[in-house]
Amino acid sequence: MDNELRLFPRLAWSRVRGQLEYRLSFALMLIGYFVMTLADFLAIWVIFQHLPLLAGWSLGEVAFLYGTSYVSFRIADMVVGHLDMLPTLVRTGALDTVLTRPLGSLYQVVTIDFGLRHVGAIAQGLVILVIACTTAGIPWDAGRALMLLVTIACGTAIFIAIWIVGATTVFWTLGSGLEVLNAFTYGGNQMANYPINIYAGWLRRIIAFFVPLAFVTYFPSLYILAREDPLHTPELLRFASPLVALAALLVARAVWGQGIRHYQSTGS
Amino acid sequence: MRLYWEVFRHGYRRWATYRAATAAGVFTNTVFGFLRAYVLVAVFAASATIGGYDRSDALTYVFLGQGMIMAVYMWSWWEIALAIRSGDIVTDLSRPFDYQAYWLAQDLGRACYHAVFRGIPPFVVGAIVFDLRMPESPLTWVLFAASVVMAVCVSFGVRFLVNLAAFWLLDYRGVGAIATACGTFLSGFVVPVAFFPGWLAVIAHALPFRGMIQVPIDVFLEKESGGALFVMLAVQVGWAAALFAAGRLVLRAARRRVVVQGG
Repeated sequence: MDNELRLFPRLAWSRVRGQLEYRLSFALMLIGYFVMTLADFLAIWVIFQHLPLLAGWSLGEVAFLYGTSYVSFRIADMVVGHLDMLPTLVRTGALDTVLTRPLGSLYQVVTIDFGLRHVGAIAQGLVILVIACTTAGIPWDAGRALMLLVTIACGTAIFIAIWIVGATTVFWTLGSGLEVLNAFTYGGNQMANYPINIYAGWLRRIIAFFVPLAFVTYFPSLYILAREDPLHTPELLRFASPLVALAALLVARAVWGQGIRHYQSTGS
Repeated sequence: MRLYWEVFRHGYRRWATYRAATAAGVFTNTVFGFLRAYVLVAVFAASATIGGYDRSDALTYVFLGQGMIMAVYMWSWWEIALAIRSGDIVTDLSRPFDYQAYWLAQDLGRACYHAVFRGIPPFVVGAIVFDLRMPESPLTWVLFAASVVMAVCVSFGVRFLVNLAAFWLLDYRGVGAIATACGTFLSGFVVPVAFFPGWLAVIAHALPFRGMIQVPIDVFLEKESGGALFVMLAVQVGWAAALFAAGRLVLRAARRRVVVQGG
């Protein structure tokens, strides 16, 4: 473990250098990501041009949900987004190389591509979050500031767990799972962008108790924004994110272990 | 002509092989359809009509859009860019066929598969759960089909140009990210262009991306008729033609740039 911690910054830096080789392309990529994030948020902004409140939430409040969820999602993407390559690794048999090395398998797959481009996306999410923090009418105090940090940390952990569990399914589907994975990762982010009271009851129960997206930002945000829950859930849920995040990570690790044990090389 | 027909069939079969991937894709497109639909349900609970759309129009819009994304294929198609990077492009360009027509035929074959197997299922699921709007005139179905084909052509025209940029930039991902962002938002895929405030609508109307999603859906929803409908479709066809022409010019310029690296 000690060895792995020292290796991490080195592996990460070598990837950063690799990307800087294509300077113009890198600059364009940052602009592209900027526009892409903007596109998601523009959608919310366009909707609010036609109404003052969406299901009882103001633009500032939805922007706050969007900002916290997006920053968490992009940090998770930076850390484990490369799991999107896992279907290819499994299909081509390249995962065998990973398994023979003297490092944890999850650790290696995770660090194969430490994308610097994500830094731009995170920064941009932060810009929206900062604007939201000043316009959503939050009664700021130390507790709320701390809660904001906790929310982002827990949100990141929950997205990481979802990513790992989703990616692990390819061990059983033999490499054709990327699209389903996207439904949970990108879909999860999209879902957490909006207050969950807009979704139908069955969908809400899934995201509150099965894929714990409601704990990414909805519940803790109710506390930070000091607002009534239109769903009248118990107040305790607003502080439950750390426990949920920890549980999600433990489940993810166990599922990954099962997947690796189930893995049979394609042998090519 | 025979060659391009075979390439078209090959493009179709290449995708038809992966049944599990198709099922997975349908699942994902449908899930996203539901997420987007519920946002709109909340929107139309607060406002009866927006930009001439009512609730039923907007929900139809979502599921048609979810069905069309794979056929239109606005995300991640880098086969030419990768061939440029690897150097395989040299062999491809020396083959005795029209390079652009070859890829267009291949892409239309792919789109044909995706339109049927990735397009219809999400729409049917959406129609079962929500109250969607069906065209009143049978002619609308024909025009819609034609407009979807044109949408694929517009998208292909954009993607072909973006891929060729790799001749100058080597790394395709930068231009790709920008094209993807424009294709996603200015096509009306995320929010209908009809919802855009004035200045943004002006930008969207001045660019080709609208022809990838908004135009076919507006045909389906019978938003325009007579002369206005004709103009809308003519603009879409015009963009496809202009993008093809631009693609040929850029390809000619690129041919002069090709430097064969040994090895």
